[in-house]
Amino acid sequence: MNITKLKDKVFSRAFFRGVIAISIFLIIWEVGARFESWYGYRVPWIGLIPAPSAVFESWGGLIGDPSYWMSWQMSFMRVLGGFFAAMILGIPFGLFMAVNRTFHDTAFPTFEILRPIPPLAWVPASIIFWPTAELSIAFVTFLGAFYTIVINVLGGAKSINKQYLQAAQSMGASQWDIFRRVVLPATLPSIVVGSAVGMGITWEVVVAAEMISGGGGSGGAGGGLGFFIWNSYVGGSYEQIVVGMISIGIAGYFSSEMLRNLGGFLTPWLKTR
Amino acid sequence: MSTMNQETAKPKDELRSQNSSEIVVNNVSKVYGGGPFAKEVIKDCSFTIESNKLTVMIGPSGCGKSTLIQLIAGFETPTSGEITMNGKPITGPGKDRLVLFQESALFPWMTTYDNIMYGPRARGEGGKEATELADFLLKKVGLEAFRDKYPAQLSGGMQRRAELARAMINKPEIMILDEPFRGLDNMSKELMWEYYANLYEEDRNTNFFITTDIDEAIFLADRLIIMTNLPTQARHVIEIDIPRPRKIEDIFANQRANDIKKEVMTLLHEEAMKSFSGGSKAAADFLEAYSKRAE
Repeated sequence: MNITKLKDKVFSRAFFRGVIAISIFLIIWEVGARFESWYGYRVPWIGLIPAPSAVFESWGGLIGDPSYWMSWQMSFMRVLGGFFAAMILGIPFGLFMAVNRTFHDTAFPTFEILRPIPPLAWVPASIIFWPTAELSIAFVTFLGAFYTIVINVLGGAKSINKQYLQAAQSMGASQWDIFRRVVLPATLPSIVVGSAVGMGITWEVVVAAEMISGGGGSGGAGGGLGFFIWNSYVGGSYEQIVVGMISIGIAGYFSSEMLRNLGGFLTPWLKTR
Repeated sequence: MSTMNQETAKPKDELRSQNSSEIVVNNVSKVYGGGPFAKEVIKDCSFTIESNKLTVMIGPSGCGKSTLIQLIAGFETPTSGEITMNGKPITGPGKDRLVLFQESALFPWMTTYDNIMYGPRARGEGGKEATELADFLLKKVGLEAFRDKYPAQLSGGMQRRAELARAMINKPEIMILDEPFRGLDNMSKELMWEYYANLYEEDRNTNFFITTDIDEAIFLADRLIIMTNLPTQARHVIEIDIPRPRKIEDIFANQRANDIKKEVMTLLHEEAMKSFSGGSKAAADFLEAYSKRAE
């Protein structure tokens, strides 16, 4: 993005509205949380939450703390590890089911029975099954993205306009060429959508799995952001709970943004619509 | 348009397919489904698509013309009867018979140029000869400036032209067009007729064109085949002997064209009446349109 574009974006109406909305949100939150100490009346629900100023203060203390950043890193690594494993296995799996009838008939029923099982239901089994806690978390994260990616790829590849295939066929294209230059690009938008949804689920799953599995090594810092929140709760530091929550929000946003950019780069023709 | 005709008056040899080729449809029937739900779409249908001519097939909408195309293209097989190309039975799709579908089948993920080059590249023939031909065709269909645009950035008429170019670069022995200009507004439609007729006059390969539009049929055709309603049969063949190159004004001013038009309308009207008594929705629509036109 060049400077003019960035300028346009920063001074645009949409950006301005976003800033106003977030500011109002923070003000209501701050006033609501402080109301009791100012006027002696506790605002329901919001009065129990630490004020944003307290949260930011607590956050300020954490910025220099390597174990906080370690939590970020651990969660990110688990999310990306599980997510990429799900892409590497899920995309070919979905595509192959779409193009090969025998494979589809063989694999799909089992897949459909396993799919509705929530990834978190796999946690106990995966702790028993995998030798280390790290691997069980990775496995559960992988499951979170895998089913979504496969279903989207399969659906996308199956709903390709029949005329694209007939046109390619009648122009003398080989099966391989049709797969590579018609089926694959036609499925790309579904792959991108499936990945974006899968990425979201991965974050949900990793946080829950980290809460369950505990601190891991290096004095609790190996636990990731999920454990960070849980640990703050157990330790009674409510500000840090909110810090952990916002951190996950930011991390999730960056992951989605990354995927959106990658998706836009891979499917340039969709931008022209 | 007339300047374009002069510029490219000499035929482009590269576009001409080497063989003369004809398709014979012999007693073909096509039944979908089985048992009590069986539906006979085509019944004992016989006709010939003559070599190096533009054959136009016209019939009421929903009369099984598109099914015929699926059969001739080889995407489906007839229930009975036989379709042969140069004496050999058709067993599957091939690049000797290219189909232009009703809706655009341009690949949305490829630019105009890459779309046109799809066929040659798929066959490993994407060399200099093909790129030169692609450039020639781009110019011919007036899309030079849209060479690197995606189909979604083209208008409906431009998409149809890009598709014509994409088909012609493969030098098909026979080009099959299934109501290719349907859904375009009248202005673009007439423009498309001129582009298409101009391209046809260039190579004079065998073309098979399906339509429901009488003006389109008369303007384009060397031979006109009139179809019956379901189950589809070829009812009548008219040779359109209006000299080429034709002008759009011809179909409105030319006496011969008007006579043909009257004849075609009468035949189609009879077909519509027949199925109207059978309660066909398509026929009712046609009757309404016909009576409006006759006024």
